[in-house]
Amino acid sequence: MSGSGVQFLLRRTIGALGVAFGAITLVFAALYWLPGDPALLIAGDDAPQEVVAKIREKLGTDRPFVEQYADYVGKIVRHGDFGDSYLTGEPVMHRIVAQLPATLELTLFATVTALVLGVLAGAVAAVNQGRWVDHLLQSTSLFLGSMPNFWFGILLILFFSVHLRWLPAIGNGSFAQLILPSLCLGLGAAGDLARMTRDCILDVLREPFVVTLRAKGLPEKLIRYRHVLRSAMIPVVTMLGSRVGILLSGTVVIESLFARQGLGRIISEAVGAKDIPMVLAAVLVASLFYILINLLVDFSYSRIDRRVRLQG
Amino acid sequence: MNSQVHVAFAGSGAPERPAGAPVQAFNIGALLQRLPAARTSFVIPAGILAIMLLCVLVPELVAPYGPLDMDAQALLSAPSSAHWFGTDHMGRDILSLIIHGARQSIMVAVSATLVALFVGGAIGLVTGYVGRWPDALFMRFFEIWLSVPDILLIIVIATALRPSMTNMVLTIGIVSAPRFTRVMRAQVIAIKHRPFVEAARAIGATDTDILLRHVLPHSLSPMLVLTTLGVGNAAQTGAMLSFIGIGLVADIPDWGAVLSQARSYLTVAWWFGAFPGLAITTLVIAVNLLGDALRQKLDPRGRAR
Repeated sequence: MSGSGVQFLLRRTIGALGVAFGAITLVFAALYWLPGDPALLIAGDDAPQEVVAKIREKLGTDRPFVEQYADYVGKIVRHGDFGDSYLTGEPVMHRIVAQLPATLELTLFATVTALVLGVLAGAVAAVNQGRWVDHLLQSTSLFLGSMPNFWFGILLILFFSVHLRWLPAIGNGSFAQLILPSLCLGLGAAGDLARMTRDCILDVLREPFVVTLRAKGLPEKLIRYRHVLRSAMIPVVTMLGSRVGILLSGTVVIESLFARQGLGRIISEAVGAKDIPMVLAAVLVASLFYILINLLVDFSYSRIDRRVRLQG
Repeated sequence: MNSQVHVAFAGSGAPERPAGAPVQAFNIGALLQRLPAARTSFVIPAGILAIMLLCVLVPELVAPYGPLDMDAQALLSAPSSAHWFGTDHMGRDILSLIIHGARQSIMVAVSATLVALFVGGAIGLVTGYVGRWPDALFMRFFEIWLSVPDILLIIVIATALRPSMTNMVLTIGIVSAPRFTRVMRAQVIAIKHRPFVEAARAIGATDTDILLRHVLPHSLSPMLVLTTLGVGNAAQTGAMLSFIGIGLVADIPDWGAVLSQARSYLTVAWWFGAFPGLAITTLVIAVNLLGDALRQKLDPRGRAR
């Protein structure tokens, strides 16, 4: 890695930290100003006023916004403490750290599925432009990219678990249980990536440098796989970076549909219970992960295409 | 779900456009004139959307049964000539449920996208034109906003708010707005120094005049594509909120709510889970095809594929 590369990474990391801090503020403020009182939820609707007030005092939700916010951020910065769950009283990070690997595993498998199948299908469609293979791949991609992921999940369960009885529909732990949810999240993204890859390859094929390479007598295969695919990858990788955010949000529905543990499941449960520290921490962890992925995406540009210079 | 990224590329391609290339003004007349050439790519999505519009406007004329008609003799019965898409656990005709649910599902999607277009577009128009610190400030703010995945932000907000049509439309609309801002801003920045804008300024046009009469009309093409595709995304998001139970509660369930009920009957009634999702998918495919066709028409590089 060259000196400018290190500098770029450093500058970008500092920028990403700033964005992450902003994200905490945004979600904290949104949750503070929206109606809904956690103390009332914990105490129950018919609890006496004094009890509710006491719980409010204990949670610290009776204090003004600035004080609560400063307290929250201070604890994170000084102790890495994201607060305790309103429901269980345990530090929220315990549960998140314990279940994060399940979500990372799911997201990783879904991303690999999306990247491999998407780029492959897009490339095959592009080199066969106008033929039936192209039309078939294009309509399949359009269909996959247009399905809501929870409906696709239902279809997968119906076909592979209920009808064929090949794969388990629920739970996590084994590889077999990972297949359906990964396919569910990954194939949707693969559809979009395939359409993007095809369009980008066709664009690059018309560029002057391809004509030059052909004129130099380079074999068509080498041109396609070494030069064209490489140049076409930049927008595709960018798209993949933003797709990871969608994959992560997809886990909120998919993990509960497939009865899996993970960050998405934590969010969907905590959101229903108004467990604010849990929601904040989980959404924050998801956002940090998303910011990190996009940092990697930015950095991968110079690896993919040497013409790109890194600028902070 | 996310053709938005796809479009962001076509849209944000604006600044790289060679200086001499024509910037197309938004002109519906010219668009219609050129339509016949690309008729086939418009016919299929337009046909699907026309049928759906009919379902939104007069569902009682299209649907074979009422949305709440229960047939106690046919609980969870498989597709047949009496019930093409089968019936649910209360003996309601699923085809009729879908047709009647179209109004809510599509209204939420369209209104949310319009909110995003107007809010996001207006901010992009002004910040892009004004530039300097207001622009920098908003861009920083949106960078933070976009670092929290959309759906997570929507879920957090939708849970805290009372479930109503207005809240759902505003939540989805406002959370999606920054994408519209980015495309609009890129387009405005590409246009604001063009000679015809300078000429308008030279003859003494005010900023408001320039913005509304010269910059805005020339910025609308990519926004039209983005709006079309946005409807598909909003439809999916709305359905998802209903599916996880924080969407609308209404007498006539929308598509996501029907799917949510179907979850308990997956092992016994595949048609219950299969057809409502097909409706959502068909809508998204139609707007994606329409968006693609529009993009090809409007793209100044005039790609032909």
